[in-house]
Amino acid sequence: MSTMQTSKAAGVPAERIGWGTMVGAVVPWVAAIAYYYLAEGYLTFGTQIMIWILFALSLDLVLGYAGIVTLGHAAFFGVGAYAAGIFSIHVTGDPVLGHLVAIAVSALLGFLTGAMILHTSGVTFLMLTLAIVSVIFEYANKAKWLTGGDDGLQGMRVDPLFGTFEFNIFGNTAYLYTLAVLFIWFVLSWRLVQSPFGRSLDGIRQNPRRMRAIGTPVWWRLLAIYTISAGMAGSAGALSAHSTRFVGLDVLSLLTSGIVTVILILGGTRRLYGAFVGAVVYFVVQDWTAKISPYFWEFIVGAMLIATVLFLEGGLMDLGRVGRRLVDRFRKPSDAA
Amino acid sequence: MTTQPALSIRGLNKAFGALVVAQSIDVDLDVGARVGLIGPNGAGKTTFVNLLTGFLKQDSGTIHLQGEAIESMAPELRVRRGLARTHQINALLREDKARDNVAIAVAEREGYAWRMLRYTPQWRRCVEEAQALLRELGVGEVGDRLVRELPYGQQRLLEIAIALALKPRVLLLDEPAAGVPSEEAHRIHDVLERLPKDMAILIIEHDMEVIFRFAKEIIVLLQGRVLTRGEPAKIAADPEVRAVYLGRTVV
Repeated sequence: MSTMQTSKAAGVPAERIGWGTMVGAVVPWVAAIAYYYLAEGYLTFGTQIMIWILFALSLDLVLGYAGIVTLGHAAFFGVGAYAAGIFSIHVTGDPVLGHLVAIAVSALLGFLTGAMILHTSGVTFLMLTLAIVSVIFEYANKAKWLTGGDDGLQGMRVDPLFGTFEFNIFGNTAYLYTLAVLFIWFVLSWRLVQSPFGRSLDGIRQNPRRMRAIGTPVWWRLLAIYTISAGMAGSAGALSAHSTRFVGLDVLSLLTSGIVTVILILGGTRRLYGAFVGAVVYFVVQDWTAKISPYFWEFIVGAMLIATVLFLEGGLMDLGRVGRRLVDRFRKPSDAA
Repeated sequence: MTTQPALSIRGLNKAFGALVVAQSIDVDLDVGARVGLIGPNGAGKTTFVNLLTGFLKQDSGTIHLQGEAIESMAPELRVRRGLARTHQINALLREDKARDNVAIAVAEREGYAWRMLRYTPQWRRCVEEAQALLRELGVGEVGDRLVRELPYGQQRLLEIAIALALKPRVLLLDEPAAGVPSEEAHRIHDVLERLPKDMAILIIEHDMEVIFRFAKEIIVLLQGRVLTRGEPAKIAADPEVRAVYLGRTVV
């Protein structure tokens, strides 16, 4: 028998992207642009949703793809917001420059804290992320001279975007700017999760031992995605600071970490668009039901979360698949038996 | 002139508390070696593989891979220097396609696995090499299927395919046919016969017929100690070996 040799020309057919997927990929962006023209009085609301989409997207990279279970992501969102705010007060009000600084600062924080704790996993890691975000929260609370403490950071100056587009009170500029930033991050993430790097992260989530056995430097890979994700969360924080010209202590609160996790789980992890669905549903439900009673919306969101976790493994993004399965079953009653 | 062994182990010791699992083990694997490692359950065979690959840390002893000391390296560094293994219990990415399991190993070997944004032609090459390798092992048709949907025997072949994708100089096979029904096991044995001739291979295997056919040298491990070693015929005839181990399985 012959010895094996590497042969080539295996002829693997290229992966096809279906029509449904393509249409589904375009819909959110078309909707976001349509919203700009149709919902003029509510642009601030739309901006807020997109900021949370970006934040949830950043969480999806670590929690969904790499399997890093964290409750400390508010640290990066909050530090990004404070960095953007403080930079605008003390250095310059240029929003793009401030934004880049915020990304760099939160990514650096992600790198340093990640390097300290990423050798752990599971509950230990979870507790350490909680500890880190609590320490940062307390520092921001005490360092009144820098952050304004519990009064929040006041006096932010935001110059016109590219020297031209004023951040007006209707939020036109903020909306489109946020949309553009979200789009850039989305394209980068979409590329990243399909990359060999992204696949290796998914492999680490599934079976770290397997990955080490093929030579994957697991710790470095996790640190890399943790740093990237921290920068992304910081970007969302900067958008929040620039669009509201205010940073409150709550950006660093445990609740902020909790909300972004709820949004992601609700929408569906490891799908990128799950963050979109989750954030829209979360805030729309909050907006509608809060009119009925200030506490009612929490009940509704909680009930939805329970239903999602119990019945939709992949979050609300699974609704389409589950629906199709039901239709199939209805069409072929003999299979259902 | 002596050629350097592919893998050289000297005085390897490991104990879990009072339980000695490796005791002064010396083993050389020459280029192209076919060495069988046998011994009763709990003899320390898998522990030995875990020590060599770095998943366990030895108490003392040295391991040289092509002359380079690797005993204090992390597992992934040893892999990148050419030491690969298969697992006794499947360690696969069950949610991924069979082909992608192999392709990601190719990507790691080629240094593509850090690529985040520009990777399309590189990844394509990894996928094609993976498919070619699967075909070589006679399972080209499962490339597109998810690992968790594969029959157990094909999952075992996939374990081997992933290790081969790393193009190792030294390959440690930990019971490659474990749990595979005998009518399917021959496919794995065929693959073993065809492994590259210059690859140094250590195989743990319970099927004595397989190991006597495959191995040129056999090492018998008992309670973490090398009981004896030698050519298959000598081992088969050794009364001590027969007493502790072979007596039950070989007629």
